[in-house]
Amino acid sequence: MTTLTIPAGMPQYDDKPRFDVERVRADFPILDREVNGHRLAYLDSGNTSQKPRQVIEAVADYYARHNANVARSVHTLGTESTELYEGARAKVAAFIGANSPDEIVFTKNATEALNLVAHGFGSHADDPRFRLGPGDEIVISEMEHHSNIVPWQLLCQRTGATLRWFGITESGRLDESNLEELVNERTKIVSIVHMSNVLGTVNATARITQRVREVGALLMLDCSQSVPHLPMDVVDYDVDFIAFTGHKMLAPTGIGVLWGRQELLNAMPPFLGGGSMIETVKLTGSTYLPAPARFEAGTPPIAQAVGLGAAVDYLTEIGMDAVAWHDKELTAYALDALATVPDLRIYGPEVPVGRGATISFTLKGIHPHDVGQVLDSLGVQVRVGHHCARPICDRFSVPALTRASFYLYTTTDEVDALVRGLEQVRKVFA
Amino acid sequence: MQLDQLYQEIILDHYKHPKGRGLREPYAADVHHVNPTCGDEITLRVALDGETISDVSYDGQGCSISQASASVLHELVTGRKIADALAVHAAFVELMGGKGQIVPDEEVLEDAVAFAGVAKYPARVKCALLSWMALKDAVAQAVALEKEEV
Repeated sequence: MTTLTIPAGMPQYDDKPRFDVERVRADFPILDREVNGHRLAYLDSGNTSQKPRQVIEAVADYYARHNANVARSVHTLGTESTELYEGARAKVAAFIGANSPDEIVFTKNATEALNLVAHGFGSHADDPRFRLGPGDEIVISEMEHHSNIVPWQLLCQRTGATLRWFGITESGRLDESNLEELVNERTKIVSIVHMSNVLGTVNATARITQRVREVGALLMLDCSQSVPHLPMDVVDYDVDFIAFTGHKMLAPTGIGVLWGRQELLNAMPPFLGGGSMIETVKLTGSTYLPAPARFEAGTPPIAQAVGLGAAVDYLTEIGMDAVAWHDKELTAYALDALATVPDLRIYGPEVPVGRGATISFTLKGIHPHDVGQVLDSLGVQVRVGHHCARPICDRFSVPALTRASFYLYTTTDEVDALVRGLEQVRKVFA
Repeated sequence: MQLDQLYQEIILDHYKHPKGRGLREPYAADVHHVNPTCGDEITLRVALDGETISDVSYDGQGCSISQASASVLHELVTGRKIADALAVHAAFVELMGGKGQIVPDEEVLEDAVAFAGVAKYPARVKCALLSWMALKDAVAQAVALEKEEV
């Protein structure tokens, strides 16, 4: 690594917010275990994160002391449960800079949040912004996770609208060269990933936002990978909807979030119908509550929401600026370390700028499944395959990739274990 | 778990030097199978000569297990009667579903006994089975087509 001397008066590296990684690791019981006789090196946080004691205990404490259904009981436990559930909503709202907790819709995951918005559109929508038909266009990108592709394909099948997409440049960035033509007066919504789950690219959204506003379309960001790793302020970003999921940010599975501007959420039709989302129900017809209740039919994932609230507290305590800086330093280290492995090619930005702590690569002539299997025998847990983002593999003409993804508990020692493991992979398949 | 149980020499040898690889003509049926969770894929053709499988040709991409399995399949099945080939197929499927508890019959499975270790890795069983599922599909199609023609 090159060492740069920063002139006095400029911001110094020492000024960056930091935390004690070993202290953080002590909060994660799973990090102590062994896998196949080796110390666990969990490098699959982009898939799902590990959970700190504080989150595990919050969920256990909820079930042990407060369990009851929400929003329908007059008794004490029901009141406590409702306060915990709604308290989690307020924490999440503050975490992403939302104007009000009412802008936070709890879903089961980011996929449901994306589907919910896609289902807000239709041929007969009351609000013209959500009315869609032949001639209208929806814009996504080539670097989307399948969850931000398929719901829009289904919507286009239902309505006759056309799906279009941004390409990816050779260096793994979003290709905005045809922005003016791609996003135009026919565009109703642009829904793109904030940080790629494969390439690690963090998309700069300012130009796209400006263009979306010019043509009067809506903008949605899939923040599944970014909200866990970067400070997020939805007002600063000037977007209309974002989706993310709890389990990638230290919380349990089964809880996701849709944030939307309140006015837009209330202009959308319900998604799933049932209890808790209605104003009145008669057999001749029903009326619906405003958001977020409108979109939370049935008993919600209460304990999971409480766990998400605890996760948000944990991340807030450490500070998202510090998490982002940890990711950046670790990514810089890993990019340099991986560059020393012969026949290794990185897919995505090769500099730790405008990218997150997710690195996908191939080893020439060795299939990622075999890479992953040998690494597993050494305790190193990575993801292999097409990562639910097949169009990216097609774009770069590879059948599959190996991906290492880091989080606030990841150490340079674990990156070293990965690099040593890759040497072993090369020996087995030499 | 011992990695060398999975990556037996026989498997690595078939992976590095596959037998019978490449698509050939004539053929009676041609199938394309994919493994949606990992993106592995295979195109497989069978040629029939009466009751005998006269050739199995294939092409595909995937991990060492899936590709070696196709190579072993080619060696085991080519030149056999359809009924015998299906019996080998059944023995291989049973071995893969055995969670490592089944002792394979080397008389029947020959090089394919090397895959016994794969059965201990649930995530890899589907890799080993990819070409065998394609074979069963192709044979069924070929037989059905012949009946139509008769």
